[in-house]
Formats: sequence, structure tokens, C-alpha cells
Amino acid sequence: MKKWSLLTLVGADQSGIVAAVTRELADADCKLGETSMMRMGGNFSMMLRVEHDSLNLSDLLNDVCQKLKLHFHVDDDVDGVSMVIEPDVNITVYGADRSGIVAEVAGVLANAGLNIIDLETAMAGTEDKPIYIMTIEGQATQGVDALNEAAKTITDGIELNIIPIQTLRA
Amino acid sequence: MAVLEIICYPDDRLKQESESVEAFDQSLKDFVADLEETRLAGPGAVGIAAPQVGLSKRIAIVDVSTLKKPVDNHGYLLMINPEITKWEGMEKGREGCLSVPDFTGNVIRAEKINIRFQNTEGEWTEFESQGYEARAIQHEMDHLDGMLFLDRLVSRRTDLFQRKVYKN
Repeated sequence: MKKWSLLTLVGADQSGIVAAVTRELADADCKLGETSMMRMGGNFSMMLRVEHDSLNLSDLLNDVCQKLKLHFHVDDDVDGVSMVIEPDVNITVYGADRSGIVAEVAGVLANAGLNIIDLETAMAGTEDKPIYIMTIEGQATQGVDALNEAAKTITDGIELNIIPIQTLRA
Repeated sequence: MAVLEIICYPDDRLKQESESVEAFDQSLKDFVADLEETRLAGPGAVGIAAPQVGLSKRIAIVDVSTLKKPVDNHGYLLMINPEITKWEGMEKGREGCLSVPDFTGNVIRAEKINIRFQNTEGEWTEFESQGYEARAIQHEMDHLDGMLFLDRLVSRRTDLFQRKVYKN
């Protein structure tokens, strides 16, 4: 029986991780759905939705993960259906780095109806004056005006731009 | 009048370069009417190009005049043998396509263009278009050259910060 699993892998970055892991999956007739793979610091992280014939993915990936020194984890996909949610708002945030920026911004915006679809953050600036940068794509379930209103309560020193996304359909 | 079938990638016809329209006759007018009816049947489609219904001819329609959030526009545009004669600026925006269901992605397009095209009588018009309408025109013109917005996708990391638009 076909089923979907969610696979998470992480380890020190080196070239060939994606090739080795996905080759193992392909040779076992696993089909990939949405994936997200990226370098984070000196690590490489992968999350993959995988459709397979009720295989034991832990057994399947054990050897390749040992060889590449990857930790991995297999979850049953909580919802086997691929449901695309369209973002309708793009939010960029930056400020002098300190702890709590993501928590504050996400908290304020969540209360104003933001459903985060995609969030990325980065550290930049110089060592003595680091800055923190965040980009969010999301759904403004209570409208963009509600987000703009809520954003006024965010602490001084955090710059926040809320830009509606008007998707072209043609 | 008829709603035509929209062809979807991976149909090869979407990757072909279309031929110029030479005959400005009744059959062209009939086809244009069907193409517009097909566009209107597509959910919220602001444009359509002949290759999307399997005709490899340089014909496209754009109409961004009925958006919920209004944008600068020139109304209903039927463009035969369109050419872009000038490009200016770059802007990232999200696009989807009737021929690529269930996916939208970010694409960089010129912010402002000069466009010239013929009508069903063969008469030429030229004007400047910008923003969302210019994006729609560029999207449709790509179809005429066998290009899809998938050919122009940019990583979500590209242009991390959209430039603020300063209005005087």
C-alpha cells in the first residue's frame, strides 16, 4: 500500500548529501513530494515528503546516513494530501540582532491573523554590530490592514515591511 | 463562440515558438473571440495566449482592468504579433499559469515596457505599460516564444528584500 512519510535528515555539510540520499530513495521506487533542503550554518538539513510502498525507510537509509554522518527521523505524514496554500503577503523584518525578534514579530502577527507559510532568517552585519534578517511569506487571514495595525506595536529598532502579494494568473 | 481546451505542460506545444499572424481575416476574429471566452472561463485569469489552446500563432490577450485591487491598465488588450520595444527596471512578483495548474512562483520581470502590436485589422498600436499589466504582457509574450514562467523562476532567496517603492 502506498503511503507518505516525512523524512528529516541533518548533519555536517559536505558535497554529495542530496545525491546520495535521493539516489537511495529513487532506487527503492520512492517518489518525492515537496522538499526543503538547505545549508544552515555548517550543517545541511533536509526535509522530504516521500511516497513509498510501505517500506521501512529507517532500514533503507541506515547505511547511507551512517556513511554521511546524518541524523535522520521518519514520521508518518500527518496529511498525505499535498495541499498548496497560496501566500498573499510578503513580510520582511530586520534589526540589530538580539534574542526574541522572531518570537516578538511572530507573536504579534499571529494575533493579527498571520498564517506563516514560509519563514527564513539570516544573520548578517559585522561581528560587533550584528543584524538579524527575516523574510516571511504567509496568509493574512484577517487581511493585510490588520497586520499593518498590529505591526505598530512592535518594538522600536525592528524594521518591518508588509507587502501584499498580488499573484498574476494568466 | 466556444471555450477551448487549455493545454498544460508537459505538452510539447507550449515549448514551441509561435508563428506570426499573416492573415487578418474572419477566422482570426472568430479565434480571438473563442480565446477571450476561454480566458474568462479560467479562474481569475488576466491573460491568455494562443499556444495555451494549442494554436502556435502570435496572439495573446491581457486584461487587468477587473482586479479586486485596481492597478494601472489599458483595459482589454488583444495583441497580435506583439513586440516589446523597450524594457526598464526589474521587479519580483508571484505568477501562476493556466497551463501549469497548482503552482505559483516568483519571477523577475521588467517594471516598465513599451509594447507594440496589431489588432484584428492589422493596425499597429504602441504604448507604455507598467507594473502588473506589464508583468501580464511579458508572461503572455513568453508563451509566444515557447517559454513558461517556470523557465524564469527565481529562488525565494533571490532579492531578499523587495525595494521599497517611493512615491512622490
